Amino acid sequence: MKQNPFILFFLAMTCLLLPVVGSAEETLTLMTHDSFNISKELIAHFEEQNQVKLRVLKAGDAGTALVQAILSRENPMADVFFGVDNTFFSRAISANIFTSYNSPHLKDIPTRFRLDDQNRLLPVDYGDVCLNYDKAWFAEKNLALPTDLADLIKPAYKGLTVVENPATSSPGMAFLLATIGQFGEDGYLGFWKQLRDNDVLVANGWEDAYYGHFTSASKGSRPIVVSYASSPAAVVYYAEKPMESAPTGAVVSDNSAFRQIEFVGILKGTKKLQLAQKLVDFMLSRRFQEDIPLQMFVFPVNQTAVLPPVFTQHARVAEHPATVSPAAIEKNREAWLEAWTTTVLR
Amino acid sequence: MYFFTAKAQRSQRFFLTPRRKDAKIVNTEPGCKCFHWYPSSGLCTNITGLIFFPNLGMNKNRLQKNQLLLAAPLLFLSLFYFYPLLKIFFVSFFPDGSWTNSGLIRFFSTPAYLRILWFTCWQAALSTLLTLVVALPGAYIYARYSFPGKSLIRVMTTVPFVLPTVVTAAAFRALLGDGGLVNTVLMDLFHLQSQPVHIDQTISFFILAHIFYNYALVMRIVGGYWAGLAPELQHAAGMLGASPRQIFSKITLPLLIPAIGSAALLIFIFCFTSFGVVLILGGPKYATLEVEIYRQSIHLFNLPMAATLSLIQILINFGLMWLHARLSQGADLSWFGSSGTRALRVARTGMEKIAIAANLGFMTLLLLTPLLALILRSLLGDNGWTLAYYRGIFTGQTDSLFFVPPFAAIINSVGFALATMLLALVLGLSAAAFLALPEKKGAALWDAIIMLPLATSAVTLGFGYIITLNKPPLNLRDSVLLVILAHTLVAFPFVIRSLLPSLRRIPATLREAAALLGASPLRIRLTIDLPLLSRAMLAAAVFAFAISMGEFGASTFVTRPQTPTLPVAIFRYLSKPGELNYGQAMAMSVILMLVTACAFILLEKLQAAKQ
Repeated sequence: MKQNPFILFFLAMTCLLLPVVGSAEETLTLMTHDSFNISKELIAHFEEQNQVKLRVLKAGDAGTALVQAILSRENPMADVFFGVDNTFFSRAISANIFTSYNSPHLKDIPTRFRLDDQNRLLPVDYGDVCLNYDKAWFAEKNLALPTDLADLIKPAYKGLTVVENPATSSPGMAFLLATIGQFGEDGYLGFWKQLRDNDVLVANGWEDAYYGHFTSASKGSRPIVVSYASSPAAVVYYAEKPMESAPTGAVVSDNSAFRQIEFVGILKGTKKLQLAQKLVDFMLSRRFQEDIPLQMFVFPVNQTAVLPPVFTQHARVAEHPATVSPAAIEKNREAWLEAWTTTVLR
Repeated sequence: MYFFTAKAQRSQRFFLTPRRKDAKIVNTEPGCKCFHWYPSSGLCTNITGLIFFPNLGMNKNRLQKNQLLLAAPLLFLSLFYFYPLLKIFFVSFFPDGSWTNSGLIRFFSTPAYLRILWFTCWQAALSTLLTLVVALPGAYIYARYSFPGKSLIRVMTTVPFVLPTVVTAAAFRALLGDGGLVNTVLMDLFHLQSQPVHIDQTISFFILAHIFYNYALVMRIVGGYWAGLAPELQHAAGMLGASPRQIFSKITLPLLIPAIGSAALLIFIFCFTSFGVVLILGGPKYATLEVEIYRQSIHLFNLPMAATLSLIQILINFGLMWLHARLSQGADLSWFGSSGTRALRVARTGMEKIAIAANLGFMTLLLLTPLLALILRSLLGDNGWTLAYYRGIFTGQTDSLFFVPPFAAIINSVGFALATMLLALVLGLSAAAFLALPEKKGAALWDAIIMLPLATSAVTLGFGYIITLNKPPLNLRDSVLLVILAHTLVAFPFVIRSLLPSLRRIPATLREAAALLGASPLRIRLTIDLPLLSRAMLAAAVFAFAISMGEFGASTFVTRPQTPTLPVAIFRYLSKPGELNYGQAMAMSVILMLVTACAFILLEKLQAAKQ
């Protein structure tokens, strides 16, 4: 019989493309977002100790990864999920995809980080979203450095600030929450209206704001940007040539920053509960926690972890960050975003 | 067609009056007399009108075999496009097993969504119009004249079409943004205190980028078609006393309408679904449907709304693609065909020279300067010229688990691109062979269906993959193969578009003659179709390769951390603070640009050699 060559070819290709049957060694899957990073040797250590292969599945940014985890709850893609932050905390809890685990390491973690009393989500790291400024620019213009959110609406600061769109960026959302935390639900729109009148620039993402418009990172025109309190440390760490002090500074005065806490949780339906618990323990252990700063540029939650020098010298922590409860965030997210968009963009 | 067949079987003698228009004389060997062959029915008549069937399996049997051609692409689309898409729509519209139309109601009752739809439409229309206005003169120059450096310039105009949006946005920023090349140079030259160009976060900025992207499309579709137009009509009109203006408006322009229409529709579709460029260059004030779909599904987790928007986008684009299929069916339109084989003119008069120089100057300005800005930016450090960023590509400097050396990302991308090329070529070839069948009823519909992946939101389809490809034997949702599948989905419509015109151009008589002389269908395909198609196949292969190299939207969903593609790696570097990261992102963009340019140069060289 005469066969169509194209169909034969296609069948052959399909056979080639069919997934390879899994290897014999047991694997544990950690689902997370794109920014997750950790040292190779740590993972090797964990794998050796537990005789398991750790597979890390990165599934887009924090929001995208969580939506995928929720969509696949019937047949989970992973055993452990890392990267739910407090802005998505309520969505994750109400989707009911995590199972409780009381890790022994929780005793080393201050209670202010532990938002779930049932320990379905356990804190791993935190970072403060706040204003960063270009030291050289302010020195050259002989202008006082910003110290507070309210500074941004002063006439002298007209046209100096770039922020991220909270509808498309996670630091943008965190900064919006900082303003809600500081000025209250009744006052934040007034602040933003004044900020708009003071010629604030809104970028869609952090990359765009930082590299596209921040004077210190590019030839942009804005000396104030919304970034992290640890960004100055990153600037020093990744400098082309070694530098003494960071060329940028962070504003961490009371109520001017919003703290993002990232959580890890064991996904319901995992067939490797014990191994998953081991992984959570490992992520909260001192060794892993001490690796976090230079890999992800955020702070460890474990009190026993020692910070690297570049962090102690150049990164800062807000003593009293602005706070908004996860439940309020989930309940009002859409309304706040809508109101913000109308006030600032339209 | 079956009517004729049935009738003919009962009475062996049958006169066909009037003759069907597809009748052709196929064989006039001595002793064989003269045949008319009716391709759609598979029956033949000799000179006296006597009907007979050549014993070649060309009737119903042959038609069924031809349907099989569609089987492979259709199976592929069903598994990796329709099934995931339908399932995610189902999950979104029936969240708890019961129908919810909250999305639809909200869409039509909320002015904000209608505003987004309106904005999406008019920015696409404006982009299309402007692209046509600036690119048609270029198409003319390319269709009519030969000049030094022509093929190299064509390569450079095609590179933008396949560049990932992150890279394009970075290039435009480096050129025209605040603190970009133009601003810096102007400030230095005229000792200005502030930056003269403020185009960032305006509609003009992303529309400029749309023109940058789609210029090549007009040049290739319209230019290629224009070059293929027989000049006799124009010459005849000229001899009869028509002025050049009359010739253009009465003859050339009407002949060009299908090509211009087809290019315009495609540009409209691409701009309609534009995501990254609008997001980055347009800033947060402007949202297309695609941007809103992303926002609804990720940030608000409002799947019914996201699905509604997705559905509306797909339906609108389906209509446009169907129209495009109808337009291109009648004409010999190719997206990437080479410009015809007719002798080209060399500019002689001063006017001609000026026209060519002006056009080339414009092309350089629009298409080359952003690319040059990218190259400059990759070589400029804080303290002047440096190769540090390029050195960084070949040396790993961190010990982090996911640090993939940039060089490895280049290798990954090339590997994925080669696999995509192969798969897309096989699927595209069989789909195109089906669509090219003469007098195929509903071909335009199939054509439009096959093109749908180009107009589908990557977020929606990505989520569809999560909930469908999750069980053996198709447990692919976290497999590396997903990259190849997703890229193929994007690349294979392009393959079809490149092959279809050439397939339609192969005279049916050639195949029929071979069949009458006893060649098997397989042999016909191998000895007639393939050699005649080789030029188009080459173009299709190179474009599939380049599209895979530059694919970014879907890649962010399906790339596994250990095997990032080049655009994904560039994006990773762009999202970390530090001068070195930014510089390396620029350097990798330059490498991506060079790899694609090399592929296109190879294409030009091979095509020239074949001629």
